[in-house]
Amino acid sequence: MTSRIAASRRTVAKSVAAALVATPFGTMTRQAWAQARRAGTLTTMITPEPPILVPGVNNQGPTLIVTGKIFEGLLTYNQKLEPQPGLAQSWSIDAAGTTYTFNLQTGVTWHDGKPFSADDVVFSIMKFHMELSPRSRAIFQRIDTCVAKDAQTVEIRLKAPFEPFILMFDVTTCAIVAKHVYDGMDAAAMRNAPANQTPNGTGPFKLAEWQRGNFIRLAKHDKYSQAGKPLLDELIYRVIPDSNLRGVALQTGQVQLAGPNDIEAFDVPRYQADQNFKVDLDGWQYYGPLSWIELNHRSKPLGDARVRRALSMAIDRNFVVQRLWFGVGKAATSPISSATRFHDPSVRLEAFSEQAANALLDEAGLRRGADGTRFELKFMGLPYGEIWNRLGEYIRQQFGKLGVRLVAESVDAGTWARKLAEWDYDVTVNFVYQWGDPTLGVERTYVSTNIQKIAFTNTGGYANPRVDELFKVARESQSADARRAAFAEVQKILVQDMPQLWLMELAFPTIHDRRLRNVITGGTGVHAGFADVSFG
Amino acid sequence: MTPAAFAAFLARRLMKAAGVVLGVVIVAFFVVRLAPGDPASVIAGQSGAADAQFMEQLRRQFGLDQPLPVQLWLYVKGVATLDFGVSHRVQRTVASLLVERLPATILLTGTAFAFALAAGVALGAIAARRVGTVADSVVTVLALTFYATPIFWVGLIFILVFAVWLGWLPALGMFTVGADLSGLAAVADVARHLLLPALTLGLFYMALYARLTRASMLEVASQDFVRTARAKGMREGPILRRHVLRNAILPVVGFAGVQAGQLVGGSILVETVFSWPGVGRLAFEALLARDYNLLLGVFIVTSAMAVAINLVTDIVVALVDPRIEVEG
Repeated sequence: MTSRIAASRRTVAKSVAAALVATPFGTMTRQAWAQARRAGTLTTMITPEPPILVPGVNNQGPTLIVTGKIFEGLLTYNQKLEPQPGLAQSWSIDAAGTTYTFNLQTGVTWHDGKPFSADDVVFSIMKFHMELSPRSRAIFQRIDTCVAKDAQTVEIRLKAPFEPFILMFDVTTCAIVAKHVYDGMDAAAMRNAPANQTPNGTGPFKLAEWQRGNFIRLAKHDKYSQAGKPLLDELIYRVIPDSNLRGVALQTGQVQLAGPNDIEAFDVPRYQADQNFKVDLDGWQYYGPLSWIELNHRSKPLGDARVRRALSMAIDRNFVVQRLWFGVGKAATSPISSATRFHDPSVRLEAFSEQAANALLDEAGLRRGADGTRFELKFMGLPYGEIWNRLGEYIRQQFGKLGVRLVAESVDAGTWARKLAEWDYDVTVNFVYQWGDPTLGVERTYVSTNIQKIAFTNTGGYANPRVDELFKVARESQSADARRAAFAEVQKILVQDMPQLWLMELAFPTIHDRRLRNVITGGTGVHAGFADVSFG
Repeated sequence: MTPAAFAAFLARRLMKAAGVVLGVVIVAFFVVRLAPGDPASVIAGQSGAADAQFMEQLRRQFGLDQPLPVQLWLYVKGVATLDFGVSHRVQRTVASLLVERLPATILLTGTAFAFALAAGVALGAIAARRVGTVADSVVTVLALTFYATPIFWVGLIFILVFAVWLGWLPALGMFTVGADLSGLAAVADVARHLLLPALTLGLFYMALYARLTRASMLEVASQDFVRTARAKGMREGPILRRHVLRNAILPVVGFAGVQAGQLVGGSILVETVFSWPGVGRLAFEALLARDYNLLLGVFIVTSAMAVAINLVTDIVVALVDPRIEVEG
């Protein structure tokens, strides 16, 4: 009874929401646009609200989007993941692949007015991120020495060549922070520093005002190193917890830009059809988010590759992309996203076939019981909103057709993360960023040396010595060709073993007023500095 | 009641209140920790990367590496000196976060409460006075409608009609961001933003008060002393005001007291639907993030407020009806 009422309430809420966004908004939108343009103030949204605005101290998605405007990295990346100038105006790598030299921009000033120098870069890499960010630490431990040759030059020597190293310098990976703010502090002190409330960066915008639960206001950094930029005077992030109201805000022109998590995937086609808006699916190449059904290999019979392959064949990935995500995203074809380097386009997953899947389970000796059930597992859905609930329902339905009964467990985000980390699940759904290179973002899920009781490691418990070895070869080779060969083989093995059931290359649409200029230009999309964004 | 007796009563009640709040602190301390996962695992889960060193760093920073009794002792000791600790996630003191968000919530719920009480009692009185007429039916239907409709749905409809179609009122936040208004203009701006959420929240309670007032007045109206008053030749107006309403209002005041206790907790739904930057949302986010200190801070302030308002209600009831004595 209760669930029926809840369901009908949901339906009502949805039809209201549909009515809300289907209304014509002509006059209101025109006025809002004119006003925003006159003031030079771009208003956008951020969902959910970041807890703190210093990257490294907090690395959650929304934090990185806002801090991408306040801080800068040494490099930025285009949509082919080629490095572009950031705080470094040029750079070089020696023939051995171990010495990286960065020549810094001149005339760069921190928001507090102090001059920026190479010492800040050395401090940020060797101390700040080394001690605070787990992802950077794993890579920066390969550094032998990192020194300021002079005020404008930083030289990093690696202990051994590491080809993907050049991808480590985006603001979302290694934001350069001011040494004078954190100098002499240990990790705990940096994490708790009162200065974290007033982030001090070199980026095009500085934090002007933050009313928690309401908005974050960024103002133009007057002494920004690129003359005449940023083109906007202010950038306001509204915190709007209700997705219906976010839709209204975008439609009425109160906000001119929506980023990831702002607009539900099932609403995206409406904006694609509306000529006042531009829907941009690009700008995620650097992250290459890939979703999968995560299997715990310790739960019988998921340790059997035939069972995993059968389960994979029961999922129609095109249905998932077209019917659940309304075409926003791509069906996965390999454990390496097509946006990530070394994706092998010749690799294919076994085709969708319930018949073949059933046959494979029979072959594995898993007979159906009297009620048609072969075996039963717990299913923990990803608690990230409506669309993931729908995916969970689809997975349960498809597995059910094979006689695999999934008993749903309901969890919130905190419980999900904890249970994943504790290996306390049979089947769940997960997605991770690939960070441009399989060594940086793919390897961690499959090598046996990374089976840990920590989220986003090899929590499934897959182990294959050949896979371990190939990832090692790829990690240690300086030649891109050698790496490509290793990754090609690894992809072939992985699609045979199906350690996890890759579903979709996710796309998080950026939706904005068509008249806005230069919003999504690079491989990091809405995370970039927005120095060139303008009202046109 | 003599002033001395009243003071003794107040002292007894305050002692009890302190006991209740201490109980809430201890129970809440354990209850918030019952949810699986801790703040460190939530942060790790949402950062997409973690290692053992990172988890240990966070747990030490949040004080979670201490044994539970030690954590409880430190916390109770802090609260006793009105130190609610620090929200480690946002690195601010819980007190400062509450101070920042409480005014918005009190403004919203206070306005809704005042509106609900005034409009509810007035409508209930009208309905009772004209029982069986069209006016009575209209009030009853209105009250039933707002009572039965989910609050968030009413909110969405208001947004649709008044903010989107008619464009009369804003639907987003508490004031116009970046307008830099001051003085009367700022007050008017907040008032415009306040109208829809306060109405949304208020209409539900208004319906309750209207129904309660009507039922209670009809009951009182059929009693002997009312008939006597009428027999003495008193006019209908004064009878209604002085005899019926005054007696009928008691259950309404009692109920309003209970509701007023929830004012600080706010309405998560209304705050969410209208992006109102209040305490309700703060508590909800704290729960999702397992921000123990912040969540406890909200619990304590909410329960202390409830206890205080209960006390005030008892006194008000005694004032309204001299037959009732305040008792410890």
